[in-house]
Amino acid sequence: MIWLSWRQFRPQALVAGCVLAGLAILLLSTGFGVAHLYHDSGLPGCPDTRACQHALFVFSNELRGSIYEFVFYLSIALIYLAPALIGAFWGAPLVAREAETGTLRLAWSQSVSRSRWLLVKVAMLGLTAMAVAGLLSLMLYLWSQTAYKAGKYASAHGPSGLSITRLSPLLFGTNGIAPIGYAAFAFAVGLAAGVLIKRTLPAMAVTLAVLALVLVGWPALVRSHLIPPVHTTSILRGPNIAGLGISGSQKMTVFVGADKPGAWVISDQAVNAAGQQYSGRPPRACLSKSFNGCTKAILALGLKQAISYEPASRYWALQGSETGAYLLFAVALAGACTLRIRRRRLA
Amino acid sequence: MTAEAPVLQTTGLGKKYRSRWALRDCTLSVPAGHVTGLVGPNGAGKTTLLNLAVGLLAPTEGTVQVLGGEPAGNETQLAKVGFVAQDTPTYAGLSVADHLKLGKHMNPGWDAAVAEDRIARLDLDPKQKAGKLSGGQRAQLALTLAIAKRPEVLILDEPIASLDPLARREFLQTLMEVTAEHDLSVVMSSHLVSDLERICDYLVVLVNSRIQVAGEVETLLATHYQVTGPRCDPAALPADWQIVSASHTDRQSTLLVRSDTPVVEPGFTVDQIGLEDLVLSYLSEAGRTGSRGHKELEAQR
Repeated sequence: MIWLSWRQFRPQALVAGCVLAGLAILLLSTGFGVAHLYHDSGLPGCPDTRACQHALFVFSNELRGSIYEFVFYLSIALIYLAPALIGAFWGAPLVAREAETGTLRLAWSQSVSRSRWLLVKVAMLGLTAMAVAGLLSLMLYLWSQTAYKAGKYASAHGPSGLSITRLSPLLFGTNGIAPIGYAAFAFAVGLAAGVLIKRTLPAMAVTLAVLALVLVGWPALVRSHLIPPVHTTSILRGPNIAGLGISGSQKMTVFVGADKPGAWVISDQAVNAAGQQYSGRPPRACLSKSFNGCTKAILALGLKQAISYEPASRYWALQGSETGAYLLFAVALAGACTLRIRRRRLA
Repeated sequence: MTAEAPVLQTTGLGKKYRSRWALRDCTLSVPAGHVTGLVGPNGAGKTTLLNLAVGLLAPTEGTVQVLGGEPAGNETQLAKVGFVAQDTPTYAGLSVADHLKLGKHMNPGWDAAVAEDRIARLDLDPKQKAGKLSGGQRAQLALTLAIAKRPEVLILDEPIASLDPLARREFLQTLMEVTAEHDLSVVMSSHLVSDLERICDYLVVLVNSRIQVAGEVETLLATHYQVTGPRCDPAALPADWQIVSASHTDRQSTLLVRSDTPVVEPGFTVDQIGLEDLVLSYLSEAGRTGSRGHKELEAQR
């Protein structure tokens, strides 16, 4: 059974191998360049805040618009695309194509039970999918760790042009072990679509639609509930005022900036005593051009800053629970497929 | 499992697709050691019956057993049954040699010598992709896979329907050799009686999702008579005659009569009947009247 699974999977595995190798070459050929930029900027071991800020400025300026930035976004796109490709090209055809061409009837007439037939295939393709995703994540991590270090420094030491934290909604899914969970889940979704629909192309389309919905909706709707975020309310301080929104002379909202290095800030508001987002008449000082006067007038309103966030220290806890959730879905789907196939609904 | 267990035994077997019954009230017991032909027009339910027998489908009602076991119930059962599905599916991207490897890896009882010998005798290039084989070669490859796993029963679903006459003859030739060599029971379906006539010694006729007649070919031939005589009223015929079919012209009636005792009736000519005519009578009769209930209703009026 292992022989047949491998023989059938070989072409797809070859394609995956080529993509991985191609990316590895691209990352290797540019990775040393990024590392050099980082070291040459003087950021590692910079003596004081001033020198560090300068080094950071140099580093982020070098990166912006460079080939490195392009490679970084390309890798991110590939990591997000990987589950879709795995689901559509490995998962969906696994049963659907054999149902379509009739070879299922050949495979199931051998002396191998249907559950074993499916489990061997699912184990082989599913584990390979997870390994591929893990490798992608690891390669990108090795390549971009200097950028993440700089980003960590930047977020800890005041505003800078380089905002890159591994907890941010966009980047969280491209590093750590989360991609492994996505890959397993995507494969299982494809498999289930194939088992239910029994035709390759419609199964692929459904797989892509489901994955797009889940993977896009997840960060906004689910991730922040995996571990309840931390809520803090403190007196609004001047440096945390990031901007004002004034419409006419009637309404003003205060935008605030959180002081939470490396955290994923889910919401951050200036609130009144009742805890509701502040919205009111702008103080007169803010209608003129006096910045300091305006700040003073706002502080005089007695506002508070309410932040809800996932602190940087929760990175691995969040990675673990997100990956765990996806793996659980994947196992449940694969199990359901095995049960369904065992009940002989296909022919 | 005892050798006496019937090759195929069904009781009240039925399979329903959505609202349509593909097979109904099928009760059958095919003893071991026969080459059984399952005959019926297209859409009669032959494929459904065979898929139920190999466990690719689950019955809606009734039971089905093959060699006394639940179809595809476990891997021992799977090893006992060689199956060649309709249109003889093979993996288009895999070579002939790959298919033999597949057989070897997926069947504990695989007989590599038999497989290789057959491929050599068929003059198939082991490196050839199955997708590039002719229909006849593909059927032979599928049959080779089914035989080399050394099953106790071989179930073939219209294996020769899409083959040209020459390939058809070769396929049946091989099948006969193999059956003799390996002491196999065979159940094969076809909508062509002439194909089955040469190799089958047991016959099941399936029309409109129902079994019309089943039995050993010799017995069937010995108990069916073609009776020709002056035009007569069916009601006036002897009571122990079971009229399978009747056709009347202005002056003459031709009847197919089933009777366990010899048919002797003054004024009538009684002839033995060939297998093909026998089957065709059942097919045309079932096709003409539709359901039996309908016929009874007409008779009452």
